[in-house]
Amino acid sequence: MSSAGTFLPHRTLLGLLLTIGAVAAPHALHLPLWLTALVFACGLWRYMAGYQAWRLPPRWILIPLTLLCATGVALTYGTIAGRDAGVALLTLLVGLKLLEMRSRRDTVVVLFLGYFLVVTQFLFSESLFTAGWMLLMVWAMTALLITVTRPTDGKLSGAHCSLAAGMVLQALPVMLLLFVLFPRIPGPLWGMPESDARGVTGLSNEMTPGAISELSQSDAVAFRVEFDGDPPAASARYWRGPVLPYYDGTTWRRSQSPRSPPPVLETMDGAIDYVVTLEPHNEDWILALDLPVEVNLSARVGGDYDLRRDDPVRERLRYRARSHTNYRLDPGHGADEQAMYLHLPDGAHPRARELARGWRSEADTPRELMERALRHFREEEFVYTLQPPRLRDDPVDEFLFETRRGFCENFAGSFAVLMRAAGVPARVVTGYQGGEINPTGNYLIVRQSDAHAWVEVWRRDEGWLRVDPTAWVAPERIELGLADSIPESDVLPTLSRRDPGLMRHLALRWDAVNAYWDRWVLAYGPDLQRQFMKRVGIDNLSGMLTVLAVGLALVIAVVAAILLWQRPPRQTDPALNLWHELVRRLGRAGLPPNPGEGPRDYVHRVMTQRPDLAPRLRTAIGAYLRLRYGRQAQAADRDALQAAVRHLRP
Amino acid sequence: MASAGTAVTALLRRLPGRRGAIGGRRVRLHHRRIFVLPSRAGMVYALLLLGIWLGAVNYNNNLAFLLCFLLIGLGISTKIHTFRNLLGVELEMDDAPAVFAGDQTSFPLRLINPGERERIGLEVIHAAGDRHTVDIPPRGTTEIRITVPTRTRGSLDAGEILIRSRFPTGLVTAWSRVNPDAATLVYPRPEPVAPSPPATTGGRRSGVFLREGDDDFQGLRRYQPGDSLRKMAWRIVARGQEPQVKQFASVTTGSVWLRWGDTAGLATEQRLARLCRWVLEAEAAGQQFGLGLPGRRIQPGRGPAHRNRCLAELARFSP
Repeated sequence: MSSAGTFLPHRTLLGLLLTIGAVAAPHALHLPLWLTALVFACGLWRYMAGYQAWRLPPRWILIPLTLLCATGVALTYGTIAGRDAGVALLTLLVGLKLLEMRSRRDTVVVLFLGYFLVVTQFLFSESLFTAGWMLLMVWAMTALLITVTRPTDGKLSGAHCSLAAGMVLQALPVMLLLFVLFPRIPGPLWGMPESDARGVTGLSNEMTPGAISELSQSDAVAFRVEFDGDPPAASARYWRGPVLPYYDGTTWRRSQSPRSPPPVLETMDGAIDYVVTLEPHNEDWILALDLPVEVNLSARVGGDYDLRRDDPVRERLRYRARSHTNYRLDPGHGADEQAMYLHLPDGAHPRARELARGWRSEADTPRELMERALRHFREEEFVYTLQPPRLRDDPVDEFLFETRRGFCENFAGSFAVLMRAAGVPARVVTGYQGGEINPTGNYLIVRQSDAHAWVEVWRRDEGWLRVDPTAWVAPERIELGLADSIPESDVLPTLSRRDPGLMRHLALRWDAVNAYWDRWVLAYGPDLQRQFMKRVGIDNLSGMLTVLAVGLALVIAVVAAILLWQRPPRQTDPALNLWHELVRRLGRAGLPPNPGEGPRDYVHRVMTQRPDLAPRLRTAIGAYLRLRYGRQAQAADRDALQAAVRHLRP
Repeated sequence: MASAGTAVTALLRRLPGRRGAIGGRRVRLHHRRIFVLPSRAGMVYALLLLGIWLGAVNYNNNLAFLLCFLLIGLGISTKIHTFRNLLGVELEMDDAPAVFAGDQTSFPLRLINPGERERIGLEVIHAAGDRHTVDIPPRGTTEIRITVPTRTRGSLDAGEILIRSRFPTGLVTAWSRVNPDAATLVYPRPEPVAPSPPATTGGRRSGVFLREGDDDFQGLRRYQPGDSLRKMAWRIVARGQEPQVKQFASVTTGSVWLRWGDTAGLATEQRLARLCRWVLEAEAAGQQFGLGLPGRRIQPGRGPAHRNRCLAELARFSP
């Protein structure tokens, strides 16, 4: 079809397809392969339509094809709503619209869809890279928009690209002002589909064997912490997450209803203040150093002293907290709650119960029981490993008596079972342990691979005590971290390893940059905006809007002044410049023009005085007069004048 | 073309700035004369921004906020750039050559760019439907011809011109209206077939016309500036009376008079059409001819200038 190629010159078409390709490319990571291939094929077809005059498919093919592909998306995702299916549909739409790009207006539609496609990428990544990519894409699409809407010439040119760059630069101050001052409304407006929660790694609200060791394979950042003072020692950095008191024989679960009033907490000396930047994990708990007493965030304290929000953490949270590492938690709770912390399903783990009963007959106090258990774990040569053997039937008995190889969840779970069997109230606590201090920026990075599980046992008058059986078997895990505590053969992701080296150094630097980005850009929401405004002395909405309006007016005025200010006309006529040069040369030779003498008279006088200069001067004056007063300026005259002046040697 | 023409006319009516169209032979587009509004694509763009903003609020996504605000900034920057593309452009229009009613005439229009920046994609739209799209090089001039159809005889003004630009990005329309001080004369349409002018027989002084000449003294008339001093009636001046010049006449033969009275029985316009045809035929035949209209007489003459003078007289005639 001839209509396919005429309005888009080859270079413009190629630029457009490459740009749309670059916009869509990051989505290829999470789109089904058939869709990526289809969109690529659409782009290729459109290219051939412009380049080799292929026909574009008629509408009666395109419409059924669109419906077919939409069905394909629905089948792949099981829905057409939600983030992933929505992005798939949008990408599909852009691809198919390429095949319908028959006019300038269609091209503008494709570019607008491209802007939307850029936005959807932010649902998957908000990194600094993505921000840079966004700027680049906006620039490229603006250059294309300029090109395709220009009525006189459809070629993508360098002038269009630099104009687009200038416009993007002029847009940046407006962007910054609006970003800081435009009133933020707390979301969500229409709720987020459930499917959005997928793909986020993090702790779970239950613990089955293998769950945490799986997490240790991810070097994604769970949260970052800046301490007001010195950070506590690694062995004291227990980050409390969900507490799991319910046990059914294989899985530990959280309590559903929070107990009220919250348990009694007596704190002793040594408060630690810090700020956490928590990555979204789509669950309702937030993490704090064991044990938090204050958080500047709306959060409830659960019955097991875990912090819960009303809504899942869907966006990056930044909060200040105070913790005490010396405390007494709930030293006098009632007998009715004891039952829950002592419960073991009937018939589960017969050998473990047998063992615990034996210890109980030997020991009188819970302390002696714990020491007995500790001795057991040490003497029986348990091994701490990321890849424990599969446990088939009874995860506790098989681990304790047969394999003796396990990860923290095996140790914590088994120890809690042993304590309960011996009559000591116990519960499992999950969270993170340790973390890495980033010397660049001086903050603590806690990764998913720092996920950990430990146990709390209760003693009368002492309350809940933290016991970490992993520490008995592999003290290095607590002191130095995961990487130094597992066998060499176990595989860990790059950033969770602790080997020194340039790559790791650069990675930490990069993490520090990202931490700043997260802290100052991505965490900026309704809360931070309010805090920030208060700090600069604006305490109400109308004040903020006034500042925004004045700021915008100023920025626009400055940009407009720069763009619209017209320089006073400079002497830019090259002919005149050359003439001045000629007069200067003659003047140096003692032949200056008389006052009131016109160019023609002047030159004729000089020619009579210096006949040797006459040929050059004749050429020069002829060309000059034609250039200045002739109807049309001729390049030949300019060259002649230039040559004559250059070679004039009076 | 007709539908496009009416659409453009309708557009011209709808857009503001109509009353303020600027006139003058050379017109400069000053900042107060340029109007700026979002185009239809710009409206869609605004909707797109609203969508991005809603998404950003819903997902509390700060990069989406950044993009939304960046695109707002881009919109503002577009507005300034589009405005700048028109600002300072000068238009200069000449009179168009005279044509017969029903023919098209074309006004030469020079678009002058006094600045150092190329002006890109300027649309020049005449109220009657003619449109051009031009670029103007830095410190350069682009000349176009605005074609205007004519319908009735008489003087015709160039009419209003809309000069419009959507460059860059097409999201914003900047426009200005100018009413250049140029006009043309439309001659009556000659009657396609006309009877020959009645031979000047039976009339008074048949075949003999008086033409201003130098041969025979005819009388005196009042001196007017520009009269030759050689014709001055010095004797009268010497008597201290009002200065008079002597008038001479020469007798010519072979001329025809094309007279209004000879077209009696027709409607005014048809009479003019017939006279027009006669003028053209007489000139084509190389004949001397004079034109006699009620209250206006043009002495016999010959040549294009004389012909045009007669045609202009017919064009301007009002009974």
